[in-house]
Amino acid sequence: MTSSPLLEVRGLAKRFEAGGGWLGRRRRVIRAVDGVTFALQPGETLGLVGESGCGKSTTGRLILRLIEPSAGQIRLEGRDLLALAPRELWAVRRRMQIVFQDPFGSLNPRMRVGRIIAEPLAIYDQADAAGRRRRVGELLELVGLEPAFAERYPHELSGGQRQRIGIAAALALEPALIVADEPVSALDVSVQAQVLNLLMDLRRRLGLTYLFISHDLHVVLHMSDRVAVMYLGEIVEIGPRDALLHEPRHPYTRGLLSAVPVADPTLRRERIVPIGEVASPLAMPSGCRFHPRCPFVMDRCRVEAPAPREVGAGHLAACHLLE
Amino acid sequence: MPPLLEVDGLQTQFVTGTGTVRAVDGVSFAIERGEVLGLVGESGCGKSVTSLSIMRLVPPPGRIAAGHIRLEGEDLLAKDAEAMRQVRGARIGMVFQEPMTSLNPVFSIGDQIASAALAHGGGGRAAAWERAVEMLQLVQVPSPGERVRDYPHQLSGGLRQRAMLALALVSGPRLLIADEPTTALDVTIQAQILDLLRRLQAERGMSVLMITHDLGVVAELCHRVAVIYAGRIVEMAPVARIFARPMHPYTQGLLRCLPHPSRFGQPLFSIEGVPPDLRRPPAGCRFAPRCPHVIESCRRAEPPLGEREPGHLVACPVLP
Repeated sequence: MTSSPLLEVRGLAKRFEAGGGWLGRRRRVIRAVDGVTFALQPGETLGLVGESGCGKSTTGRLILRLIEPSAGQIRLEGRDLLALAPRELWAVRRRMQIVFQDPFGSLNPRMRVGRIIAEPLAIYDQADAAGRRRRVGELLELVGLEPAFAERYPHELSGGQRQRIGIAAALALEPALIVADEPVSALDVSVQAQVLNLLMDLRRRLGLTYLFISHDLHVVLHMSDRVAVMYLGEIVEIGPRDALLHEPRHPYTRGLLSAVPVADPTLRRERIVPIGEVASPLAMPSGCRFHPRCPFVMDRCRVEAPAPREVGAGHLAACHLLE
Repeated sequence: MPPLLEVDGLQTQFVTGTGTVRAVDGVSFAIERGEVLGLVGESGCGKSVTSLSIMRLVPPPGRIAAGHIRLEGEDLLAKDAEAMRQVRGARIGMVFQEPMTSLNPVFSIGDQIASAALAHGGGGRAAAWERAVEMLQLVQVPSPGERVRDYPHQLSGGLRQRAMLALALVSGPRLLIADEPTTALDVTIQAQILDLLRRLQAERGMSVLMITHDLGVVAELCHRVAVIYAGRIVEMAPVARIFARPMHPYTQGLLRCLPHPSRFGQPLFSIEGVPPDLRRPPAGCRFAPRCPHVIESCRRAEPPLGEREPGHLVACPVLP
């Protein structure tokens, strides 16, 4: 961990305003992401896991500046992304790419696959037409498809093939960082396994760094060196994969782990399922945001937000119980 | 006494401009009283069409082309529309992935549960309303006396799923068909609903047909499981057995391609290829084109679903 991080995120926040202030009604603020801090070493995969509305996808989009952050710092390869002029940002963008959940929604239905993959090359004026065609062939091969796929349209492809095309397009400009946002959530398990294997293989061969976002805890644990668990806009626990799996410290992480149905009836676990449902981000609980659902809640949790504290090597959790 | 539900040689087909899709092609199984049977498979395998066939709710151009469906010995396919409507309300309850398929957006959930109670149990309106509140309490909706007046859109996804379950159970059906009931929910809410389903099933001794793509859900809730591939059941066994000793290559593949705590980070087993086009399914075993253990005879004749060990049925001549 002595090398400088590829990506550093500090105090990242995004607030959305909800409801109109137009007729004098009070505007309400949704804190979708609130003070997220982490670093990613080159070649590492950090998993970001949490339930709907926890801010994991927004975090991914903020890092790419697909959404403008309200506060915080993002440094990619040492450069402050929020301080860059548009032209400089454009140049830095090719170092980071995103793979979306729904490959059908993110691929232009009127373009042939070859053009979809070549488009980033054209935008960044990489190579001439013949060079781009050659590169498309290489990229298709890299994601395990025949070069003939370049002539097909997205609707002719299966979900797994479309996701491979999405990955090929993301790799076209040789990025260092890939934000993978629920990349296998729309796929059947047999196809999911193929795409997860491909992502692991590409990471090894190309030295890629992943921010791997998913609601599926087992998929995240499978893919990641380290895992960050988010709840209502905050990271409540972050640490090495095995530490989170075997020694989860935050009650929410423990709840998530015990809630996942495991395809193995011999693995009987103690269940600590969080109570009730997640609070509305419009009515954010005071103190610890998890306290209304926490089976171990104390008076202090209702008034005072816990700060992250180190509970092991590179392992932080934000919970008053850990004092 | 016959089993509670018996499905025998069911074939459901969709006639399209480009050919007839044989979505369910010779499916047979039975559910005993008080039993939870899981029907598990991937998209397009025919598991949902099977459940819609049992309810006789297959949307056009689909039709049941052959087979028998017997509920407590009575042939459901012989009933007229009105008699079938009675069966659906009173004897079979159904919950779906998307609660808005059964909840009406313009009536409060109390109105909907109360009218179902009135239709099936009789009694007065006040009693039916009381019953609606009791049902919401049963499915653990917090402050049921107040929530009963809510409209579906005012409820969270988890509460809506509970309201749909209350509606499905108010007539006291012997069979509950649950089609991916927790698939759209967050995992902590899914765990709560699975706990609730397990408790209600045990308390009421009802039978459940659980349709799911998630083998984890099967392991948590079901007594017995049928694995379906390309419109046919390929393996059927008690839950403990299928996880301990899966016999069909497709079942083995499905189990091995899931990330598992004992092998996180290691390459996953993957089933190469894609399921067949059900307008032109391959001759012989439908899994043969993707099967790592295929032998010549697999491509000629469809292997029958045979009992290999007591209660454990497999449609494979190889048994790797």
